[in-house]
Amino acid sequence: MTKIKDLFQKKNSKVLNVYCTAGYPQLDSTLKVMKALQENGADLIELGMPYSDPLADGPVIQHSSTIALANGMTIKTLFEQLKDSRREINVPVILMGYMNPVLQYGFEKFCADAASVGVDGLILPDLPEYEFETEYGAIIMKYGLDFIFLVTPETSEERIKKLDSLSTGFIYAVSSSSTTGSDKNMTDVNAYLQRLKSYGLKNPVLVGFGIKDKTTFETACAHANGAIIGTAYIKALENSKDVEKTTKEFLNHVLR
Amino acid sequence: MSTTTYQQPSLQGYYGKFGGAYIPEMLHRNVEELRNRYLEIMQETSFQKEFRELLKDYVGRPTPLYLAKRLSKEFNTQIYLKREDLNHTGAHKINNTVGQILLAQRLGKKRIIAETGAGQHGVATATVCALKGVECIVYMGEKDIERQAPNVARMKMLGAKVIPATSGSKTLKDATNEAIRDWINNPNDTHYIIGSVVGPHPYPDMVAKFQSVISEEMRWQLKEKTGSELPTHVLACVGGGSNAAGAFYHFLDELSVQLIAVEAAGHGVNSGLSAATTQLGKPGVLHGSKSLVMQTEDGQVVEPHSISAGLDYPGIGPLHAHLFDSGRGEFLSATDEEALDAAFHLAKMEGIIPALETAHALAVFNQKKFKESDVVVVCLSGRGDKDLATYMKAME
Ligand SMILES: Cc1ncc(COP(=O)(O)O)c(C=O)c1O
Repeated sequence: MTKIKDLFQKKNSKVLNVYCTAGYPQLDSTLKVMKALQENGADLIELGMPYSDPLADGPVIQHSSTIALANGMTIKTLFEQLKDSRREINVPVILMGYMNPVLQYGFEKFCADAASVGVDGLILPDLPEYEFETEYGAIIMKYGLDFIFLVTPETSEERIKKLDSLSTGFIYAVSSSSTTGSDKNMTDVNAYLQRLKSYGLKNPVLVGFGIKDKTTFETACAHANGAIIGTAYIKALENSKDVEKTTKEFLNHVLR
Repeated sequence: MSTTTYQQPSLQGYYGKFGGAYIPEMLHRNVEELRNRYLEIMQETSFQKEFRELLKDYVGRPTPLYLAKRLSKEFNTQIYLKREDLNHTGAHKINNTVGQILLAQRLGKKRIIAETGAGQHGVATATVCALKGVECIVYMGEKDIERQAPNVARMKMLGAKVIPATSGSKTLKDATNEAIRDWINNPNDTHYIIGSVVGPHPYPDMVAKFQSVISEEMRWQLKEKTGSELPTHVLACVGGGSNAAGAFYHFLDELSVQLIAVEAAGHGVNSGLSAATTQLGKPGVLHGSKSLVMQTEDGQVVEPHSISAGLDYPGIGPLHAHLFDSGRGEFLSATDEEALDAAFHLAKMEGIIPALETAHALAVFNQKKFKESDVVVVCLSGRGDKDLATYMKAME
C-alpha cells in the first residue's frame, strides 16, 4: 500500500495538503518548510518543482518559481535535499511540476530517483491522459508512484470517471476554472463537489485553488475529503522572517 | 489505419515524435471543442465561401508570384517572390486570423485573445476583430511594447486592448503564457487566436491549413509562369513557422520539392544570443506541444535573441521539428547582420523593402548555390514598414 492510500484509510475527512515551491523562499528552506508543515498539521506536502513557464499558475506561484530558480533550485538539487529528509518527514510527499524539466531530466530516471528519495506521488498538470496511457503511466507505476489527475467544474462526467480510473492516491478537484491564486468565488463549489461525490469515484477528492483560510477550507471539506492550499501559504512566506513561526501561525489560522 | 503524411498529423496531433496537446485540464474542454469541430467547420460551404471572399476582397488575394529578374540574374537562378507583403496589414499573418475569427464566430465565442511579438499578429487579430465587431485583447511582452511602438498604436486604433506581459523575460514567450492563462480563466466565451503553427493540437494543423492558401496559389501561378506546378525549392523564414508551413503545405508530400527553412541565428548560432531552435533546441514541451525547445540542461526555457521580434521565439512548430528530424526539410540560419544586408539588397535590387523576418530567408542566396535551371520560390512573408526604425539605425 502506498503512503497516500494509507493516509486516506486512516483519515478521510479534513485532509490538508499544503503546497510550497521547492527552494522558496531560500534554496535550503525546503526541508525547514516541510518539517514546519508536518509539525503544524499538514497531512500531505506538495512540493513544486520550479519552472520558467508555469502555465497553470497565477502571479504569486510564478513569482515563487522565479525566486526558487534564481536561488539555484533544480530537480537534481531537490532530490539531494529530499534524500536528507527521509528520516524526518513521515507525511506523504508529492511533487508537482511541468513536463519540460522532467523530460529533460529523463522521464524514467526522474521516476526512479523520485521514488528512491521517498517521493510518494506526482502531479504533472500538462501530462495529458493520452500520453499517460500510451507512454508515461506504465513508467510511473513501475516505480510505485501515485499519479494524481486534475478535474475542473468544466470536466464532463464521462471524463471525470476516466481520469478517476487512471488516478491513484487522490483526485485533485480544481475549484473553479482559473490559474492558481485567482479570487474567483467558491459559491458554486458545493454543487460541483456534490456532483463529484455522486459519481462514486474510487479515489478520495481534495479540492484546490482558492483555499486560503478556515472558511474556505471548511467549505471545501464539507463535500470532499480535504483541500489543498498553495498561493495563500506562499504569500504568507513571502514576508516571513521565520519560516517555522509563519507556518505555525498560518496553519493555526486554517485549522483552529 | 491512420496514414500520417508530412501534411497530415495523426489523430492526436503528432507529426512523427512531435505535437500532441500537453495542456492542463483547465484547457481541456476548449481545446477538445476545437479539436472536435475545426475540420467540420472549415469544410462547411458557408465557411469556405466567407473565408474565400474575405481573402479576395478584404485581404487582397491572390498575392502575386513575382519573378525577381535582377536578383535571379545576380544569383544565376530563377527566383520567384510570393508577395505576402502585399496582403492587408502587411504580412501573411492575416490569412490565419481571418480563418480563426470565422471559426470563433461559429463556435459562439464573443471575446478574442491573442499573443504577439513584433505586433504583426496582434495587428492582424485586431483587424479581423474590428471587421467583426468582437472584443479583442492582445498580450504583448513589456519589452516588445517598447520596441514596436507603431504596431501598438495600430492595435489600439483598431480598438484592441493591449495588455503588457510582465512575467519572465517580458517577450513573445511570456505573452503566449499570459494569453494561455487568460484562456484558462475565461473558459466559456473566449477563443484564443494563436499566431503561428505552435500550441496544442489542433492549432498547428489548423493554422497550417489557413496559411496553406499561400502554396495553393503558388502551384497554379507556377504552372502559368513556368509550365510546371512544382518548383525545385521553396524557401521561407521560421519563427514559430506559419509562413513556412503555408508556403510548404502543398509541396510537403511532393518529395521532389526541396523545402528550406531559415531560422534566426542572432549574433551567430553559438554566440549565446541566437534563436536558431533546430540547431540549439532539444525535444521538450512548450506552450502545449512537444517540439524542439531552446532550454537549459535543467529544462528551463531560455530567452532567444534575434534582431527580428517575429523570430525571437525559443520553440518551433511540431511540423517543422518533424521536417528537421526526418530530414524532409533543410534548416539553415541567418545572422542579424546577414538579414539586414539581405533586406537592403532586396530594396536596391527589386524595389521591395521586406520585413526583417523575411530578410532571413533572402540571406540564404549568399550561403547556398542554386542551379541556373532551379526554380526557387521565396515566401516574402511581410513588408518592412514596421522595421523602419531598425533600418534607419542601420543606415547611420
Ligand atoms: C513578416 C513576418 N514573417 C515571419 C514571421 C514569423 O512567424 P512565422 O514563423 O509563424 O511565419 C513574422 C512574425 O511576426 C512576421 O511578422
